[in-house]
Amino acid sequence: MSECIELRYEVSSEDFTRAGEASSNVKKKLKQMGVSPAAITKVAIAMYEGEINMVIHADGGHIEVTISEEEIEIKLCDRGPGIQNVEKAMQAGYSTAPDNIRALGFGAGMGLPNMKKYTDEMTIDTEIGVGTTVTMKVKL
Amino acid sequence: MTVEDVRATLGARVICGEEYLNREVYSACGSDMMSDVLAFVKDRSVLLTGLCNPQVIRTAEMMDIVCVIFVRGKKPDDMIIELAKEKEIPILCTGHRMFSACGMLYARGLNGGASYNE
Repeated sequence: MSECIELRYEVSSEDFTRAGEASSNVKKKLKQMGVSPAAITKVAIAMYEGEINMVIHADGGHIEVTISEEEIEIKLCDRGPGIQNVEKAMQAGYSTAPDNIRALGFGAGMGLPNMKKYTDEMTIDTEIGVGTTVTMKVKL
Repeated sequence: MTVEDVRATLGARVICGEEYLNREVYSACGSDMMSDVLAFVKDRSVLLTGLCNPQVIRTAEMMDIVCVIFVRGKKPDDMIIELAKEKEIPILCTGHRMFSACGMLYARGLNGGASYNE
């Protein structure tokens, strides 16, 4: 088996309670495919944080997941405001999330650091006023 | 320790997932910030929280948390309960404050158990 499996999810920013559905679906699929529990946990957590970020900071977007024999790639694409200072955003504890988001249990400034921590590779491509694409890879 | 032992220790009420009370519990974590929960992988952990929204269940799902415990008398709404049932995650409720609930479990031998790797 050398072909890739590609999945695509639309993420709506309108309903915070639904944030995480895409990650939940990917987790289920990886389990069905027999991917190792350790890799599933990494993908699930990193993608969930990314999905939450898209809902909190951007106006939603879409997620592309590509599963091959060697790795799982998660591409989070939003049309949000872009990240002003990527270096700062990567610092644990730095957050620009408003108080209403903190009241929901997020916005502690751990999102991007967690995503980096759980993946083998992460790149952030961002442009102010245009959007952000975060690409993460987990090796299998 | 099992989820039932955790329940008995806290005198907690089972909101849903009675069928999972025999699950083994190896560790616990307590936080109202879900990103902090997500920061450390845990092994068969229960999650104590005063935050009461569906993202608590989502977070528990991603972390393979074996049981969610709402402290300070927080009551989950139907949406939270339905999601927990779907994800097969039992929910307990206790009137104890976070610190007390964590302390009672710690005194029974449950610890943080978070693996830390940089």
